Amino acid sequence: MRAHLTFACLMLLSPALALEAGDAERGRALVKNRQVGLCLLCHSGPFPDERFMGNLAPDLSGAGSRWSEAELRARIVDARQFNPDTIMPPYHTTQGLTNVSASFAGKTLFTAQQVEDVVAFLMTLR
Amino acid sequence: MNRLAACLVFAASLSLSVPVGAQSDLAPSERKSSYEMMGAQSRSMQDDDMANPAMLSVLDGEALWRKPAGEDKKSCADCHGDARQSMRGMAARYPSYDVAAQRVVDLEERINLCQAREQKSEAFGRETKDMLALSAYLALQSRGMPIAPSQNAALERSIERGRAAYFQRQGQLNLSCANCHDDNWSRKLGGATIPQGHPTGYPIYRLEWNGVGSLQRRLRNCLTGMRAQVHGLGAAELTDLEAYLMWRARGMIMDAPGVRP
Ligand code: HEC
Ligand code: HEC
Repeated sequence: MRAHLTFACLMLLSPALALEAGDAERGRALVKNRQVGLCLLCHSGPFPDERFMGNLAPDLSGAGSRWSEAELRARIVDARQFNPDTIMPPYHTTQGLTNVSASFAGKTLFTAQQVEDVVAFLMTLR
Repeated sequence: MNRLAACLVFAASLSLSVPVGAQSDLAPSERKSSYEMMGAQSRSMQDDDMANPAMLSVLDGEALWRKPAGEDKKSCADCHGDARQSMRGMAARYPSYDVAAQRVVDLEERINLCQAREQKSEAFGRETKDMLALSAYLALQSRGMPIAPSQNAALERSIERGRAAYFQRQGQLNLSCANCHDDNWSRKLGGATIPQGHPTGYPIYRLEWNGVGSLQRRLRNCLTGMRAQVHGLGAAELTDLEAYLMWRARGMIMDAPGVRP
């Protein structure tokens, strides 16, 4: 029950973050990028041209039919909201981080626009 | 109940709320060395001293062991004799507490201390060719022997600090060492198989480095990947992590110098 309530609150708190609508093509590039998105270090997905995908996390295929846009956004922003012990990094908050290197201190992994782009791309994975 | 008693009860409830289970160490029966987890190609390269590129470094190290240096032109061998006897099992006991320095030091720092105190020579810097060569030669003298941390209160405190750091979520990616090396070993992080992170083979020849490197270099790589603050080579924080990793691998067999992909 409590989990449901938290969930409902999060959905309300996760309206689109950026002014410009998400761009799925840019999102796809971000997901595949090993220095910025880092997603494929842990996840696999429908990317026949990618050889080295991780297996620490669920396959991203079909993510857009399993989750709504708001649910996906909330997961990218901070997956700890759903699983406090998750190893998925929080992409759009710096809350609770410790010992961050000087070059990344105070910065989020993604900008609001990048979150939107990735969400737009994930929505195409049906 | 008076105030003090209430405080004590409160304090006790706080200490009980520490999640002990979340920080349990890898069970000894579960442990696997990186060597056991490596592909056949890297393994056969490590097995064959003629093919293991780190053995070239070992040869250099043997020469350095015998090379007179410093004010009095003394060599390591002048004090310690034949390393194959005097240094047998030594690397398997480091980091260790150094009485004169009054702190826990790793093998590289121990070499530096001998250079400063006994040889009065200029210390090799960390990760220099000479330091890697000499430490590879010394690590080889423990090949086949079990890792055996010594018993010392200061070392225990260092291990505890290292252990806390190992389980601490850190960096922009908010990961702990344990997230990968205890909870996800054998899985794939991108193209790399996550090892358990036992330091049995250091210094190693790493194909990706195209050269030999120390355990501290490896630890700095992992910390950089986590986007955490990376301590400078020789920092006490890194020695603490080394001490914890050696304690975690206690009893496992040394196979230095290792080869890694
Ligand atoms: C360090 C590992 C890691 C990284 C990097 C990572 N994730 Fe995840 N992700 C996970 C794990 C583990 C889960 C499973 C649920 C949980 O533990 O939170 C997950 C869950 C998800 C889910 C829900 C999965 C499902 O279909 O049920 C989505 C969607 C997702 N991640 C997308 C992404 C995207 C997009 C990126 C990059 C921008 C990313 N993840 C980066 C580890 C990671
Ligand atoms: C996101 C995953 C991840 C995290 C977090 C991580 N490591 Fe690693 N570590 C790896 C991978 C993968 C390797 C294998 C080397 C490679 O191919 O990059 C490795 C290698 C190592 C090795 C070398 C093992 C060998 O035999 O050569 C040690 C030691 C180690 N890690 C310790 C640590 C410590 C200590 C921390 C925390 C400060 C840490 N790691 C954090 C993924 C991780």
